Amino acid sequence: MAWYEYLSFGSSGWGDELASGLGITLSLALVTLPFGLALGFSVAAASVSGKRIPRAIATLFTTLIRGLPELLTLFMIYHGVGLLINRTLKWLDPQAGFFELSPFVAGVVALGLVFGGYSGEVLRGAWQALDKGQREAAQAVGMGRWQVFRLIEVPQILRLALPGLGNLWINLLKDTALVSVIALSDLMRMANVAVGATKKPFVIFLAVCLTYWIICICFEWCIARLEKRANRGIRTT
Amino acid sequence: MFEILIQYGPKLIDGAAMTLQLTLFSVLIAMSLSLPLAILRRSEYVWCQWPIRLYVSFFRGTPLLAQLFLVYYGSGQFRLELTDLGVWWFFRDPFYCALLTFALNSTAYQIEILRGGLQAVSYGEIEAGLAFGMPRSLLYRKIILPHTYRIAFPALGNEIILMLKGGAIASVITLMDIMGQTRRIFSQTFDISVYFWAALIYLAITSAFVLLWRLLERRLTRHLRYQESNKSGKRNSTPTLTITDKKGQARAN
Repeated sequence: MAWYEYLSFGSSGWGDELASGLGITLSLALVTLPFGLALGFSVAAASVSGKRIPRAIATLFTTLIRGLPELLTLFMIYHGVGLLINRTLKWLDPQAGFFELSPFVAGVVALGLVFGGYSGEVLRGAWQALDKGQREAAQAVGMGRWQVFRLIEVPQILRLALPGLGNLWINLLKDTALVSVIALSDLMRMANVAVGATKKPFVIFLAVCLTYWIICICFEWCIARLEKRANRGIRTT
Repeated sequence: MFEILIQYGPKLIDGAAMTLQLTLFSVLIAMSLSLPLAILRRSEYVWCQWPIRLYVSFFRGTPLLAQLFLVYYGSGQFRLELTDLGVWWFFRDPFYCALLTFALNSTAYQIEILRGGLQAVSYGEIEAGLAFGMPRSLLYRKIILPHTYRIAFPALGNEIILMLKGGAIASVITLMDIMGQTRRIFSQTFDISVYFWAALIYLAITSAFVLLWRLLERRLTRHLRYQESNKSGKRNSTPTLTITDKKGQARAN
């Protein structure tokens, strides 16, 4: 068999299996993104708020997340939360069977926490860079707190935070490879299966690396376009 | 919770030593490789630039785990050739494979960081050096590199922390670092608190490193703070060049 036949689609090659893994990888990243962003916004809101306790919690959270390896966070969620749910179930109903936390959910939670921790810092920076006069102006025309946030602050925060968020999105895509360790059949996991069957690790893993690379380059291009669009009303020079 | 620490504490310490070793060596290798490559990356010759660009883009655009598998498992496909070359002992050992991958990965990130630093050196200072007739090596040693490393210092610190955390991946190829020991202990005891202890060790290492790096940065930038304090402290000084004597009185030169 020539090397490229291992990657062909159909019953003999592993192309279709790898493609299905890629689907899982992308959907994991896409599902994580909204949760991570929402968490990031909450963290940023807590750290720009004047109150001491929310700010302390936000600082603690970002320090923790940024100080721990992503793999450890993932294992803590996968095993820790799984154990916690099982204990609770046993306590509620001693006859309850064993509940297994799905690796996909564990992956979304863990990667969402990581994304939330890092994006919280990015969003906080953007939030603090906003012109305070605009918020006052919005309040002066009678907007409520939520309206100010939605109509005045968010559009500008997103523009300022876009470069940082873009980097985090790329990191998130790459971090999804970690969930293969907890047996989610993503691209990396399917590659391992394919290697086990074909005994051609270099070909398969090189193909996987190139796939990740192409995806990252595509998203980098998209982010550059988005940045250009977000800054279209801003005077440069 | 504590019995697990008493029973398995030494194992975790061994793991921490392994993690530190792996990070230290890979960062040192990467530091020595990244500087010449960053300088080449900025040269005007296109055939110097493009290979380095591709290298950086590849290592930054693919997951570290995939790179590690490519080196560790991928090399197995060429076992006969590598044995003939006499380098199979290197690729057979998970530690060397992790070291190679992490060093290559960190090199790519550090090239980008140093490139930014090199770009940020003010051209006036380079011109001044050239005007003194400094040869290139002296120019780099005395003017460009000190500035570059001072500018790149915080970013380099972040990269080292990322490497330290990324190193946890090495546990997947059976290396017994903190993560590897933790996973083994968990599989033996099913006690969740071992993750807690591992997290504490990681946090302790990263906080100690952040502190150390901040101290080093303060030392590297002390000349800047000296200028700052002079500017704000001596308000009465005339706008011309002044020398302050010991009594704090400024005299015009």
